[in-house]
Amino acid sequence: MTGTKLLMAFPVTATSHMLADYRARGGYRALEKALTQMSPQEVTQEVIASGLQGRGGAAFPVGRKWAVVKLDDGQPHHLCCNADEGEPGTFKDRWILEHAPHLLLESMLIASYAIGVRHSFVYIRGEFDLPYRRLAEAVEEAYAAGYFGERILGTDFACDVFVYRGAGSYVCGEASGLITSIEGKRGYPRNRPPRLTVHGLYQRPTVVNNVETLANIAGIISQGAEAFRKVGTKTSPGTRLISISGHINRPGVYEVELGYPFAKFIREDCGGVLGGRALKAIIPGGVSTKVLTAADVEPLALDHAVLAEAGSSLGSGGMIVIAEGTCMVRLLQVILRFYHHESCGQCTPCRDGMGWLHGIIDRIAAGRGVPEDIERMQAISRANDGTTICGMGDAAGYATVAILDKFRDEFDYFIAHKRSRFDGHLEVAGHA
Amino acid sequence: MKHLIPEFETLKARLPAGFESSLVLPCLRRIQEERGYVADGDIDGLVEYLGVPRIQIEEVLSFYTQLRRKPIGRWHLQVCRNVSCSMRGAEPILDHLARRLGVAPGQTTPDGRFTLSTVECLGSCGTAPVVMVNDAYHESVSRSELDALIERLP
Repeated sequence: MTGTKLLMAFPVTATSHMLADYRARGGYRALEKALTQMSPQEVTQEVIASGLQGRGGAAFPVGRKWAVVKLDDGQPHHLCCNADEGEPGTFKDRWILEHAPHLLLESMLIASYAIGVRHSFVYIRGEFDLPYRRLAEAVEEAYAAGYFGERILGTDFACDVFVYRGAGSYVCGEASGLITSIEGKRGYPRNRPPRLTVHGLYQRPTVVNNVETLANIAGIISQGAEAFRKVGTKTSPGTRLISISGHINRPGVYEVELGYPFAKFIREDCGGVLGGRALKAIIPGGVSTKVLTAADVEPLALDHAVLAEAGSSLGSGGMIVIAEGTCMVRLLQVILRFYHHESCGQCTPCRDGMGWLHGIIDRIAAGRGVPEDIERMQAISRANDGTTICGMGDAAGYATVAILDKFRDEFDYFIAHKRSRFDGHLEVAGHA
Repeated sequence: MKHLIPEFETLKARLPAGFESSLVLPCLRRIQEERGYVADGDIDGLVEYLGVPRIQIEEVLSFYTQLRRKPIGRWHLQVCRNVSCSMRGAEPILDHLARRLGVAPGQTTPDGRFTLSTVECLGSCGTAPVVMVNDAYHESVSRSELDALIERLP
């Protein structure tokens, strides 16, 4: 078992996502506590004290983000829940949307109270059908029960929520791209500063938080920051939802207490590598995080600080397991095709760089690579570092360089022999 | 699109005043849901209804991969071939569908029944491979299941 559970601690049934079941589990009592016993500032202080870090990728301290918004600035504020889950390998927010939508809505209400928000948004990716229907149904239930609208729970607090569906764009998962998309435009990310908490949606102070991040708020308010800090580690309190896929026997979404041993998670909880193969590598937190080899992973704990020290990140919690015998040239080809497809085209280093990287890897994979190609790819990747508006260009570059560095021999072999060192497939034979 | 305006008004009621521009995507999605694509006349109608510049709608239409300006087949088969799906057999699935339907990705069968596409990560990595058929995810899908589905669909 993977330690204490905070979000997945209830049995999933045919009705567990609905309001009656959620209330029977104690749902919406944290909202009542916040509205009747705490000031907005006290809610934010509690979240700061909990040490909760963002679960979308950057692990930024949540309370500190909220505290930037000044309650008395005389402007409308907005909260946007980022449900544009699209980082390859990541499918954990979907679990919350499908199975615990009221936990998200209650948490959003508490956050809206703390930040002084009248109109909140959930930006959900356009392809999600069941998650959208579950969430939309929960929103209607919550309105009918008086949790949204005017005079919530008989108090002066009023709040609305609007579920905004995307239409197919990876970059809209970036907070400022998401906001531009809600403004009804192309989802182009914006230069920071100014921060979104200063000039966000329609230039108003806006907090953008990931689904899982927000889902933790109700528990922090009902149990207190102290109790939350008892779970996880000193530097990374709480749990993470890890969605694990690839060459693994038991793929799925797991709630893991931070600090849990990485290798044990793979071997025991997830049933080990597919087909009895040895572990070759793991992409720990979505394809934008740096790959770790089997040897890298062995001593690590699942913890933000530990992964950062190892040169990678828990990112979005999208873990991809790679079995021994997998061709890393082909793997990088898939990753670079993706980045090339998803570059929004605003910044030259990313727009052109992704196309060049994709072109080079296609050439190598077709047996027409030349030895200089590897240095060329490294140079293009480095040229993205810090030169683009959003983090996509940087991350694509880091991910590319990490794969080239750690599996350089495979790329050299492919270029020299015009074929993969392995069978050239990404599937484990017999497990496609 | 004019008959959809009462629906659009319901959406508008949950938005703050001055957020008309935010209705561009929801309106386009709803129009496409009904017609299958967004026609020139729909753009004219939205420009008038929302009071946003025409170029904004054109930009949105050319940016988001789910939005279309032309009709496609009755059934849209979208095969995810990102990392996790590729690791669990997405390429053989795509090859199989292309052979079986006699079209390359991006094409529609001559009878107008099926359009085959590739798509990037659908967030279904733990149940790979995934094929999206219109709005529905078909997860951990096999070639024989897809064959049966193709037979069954009208």
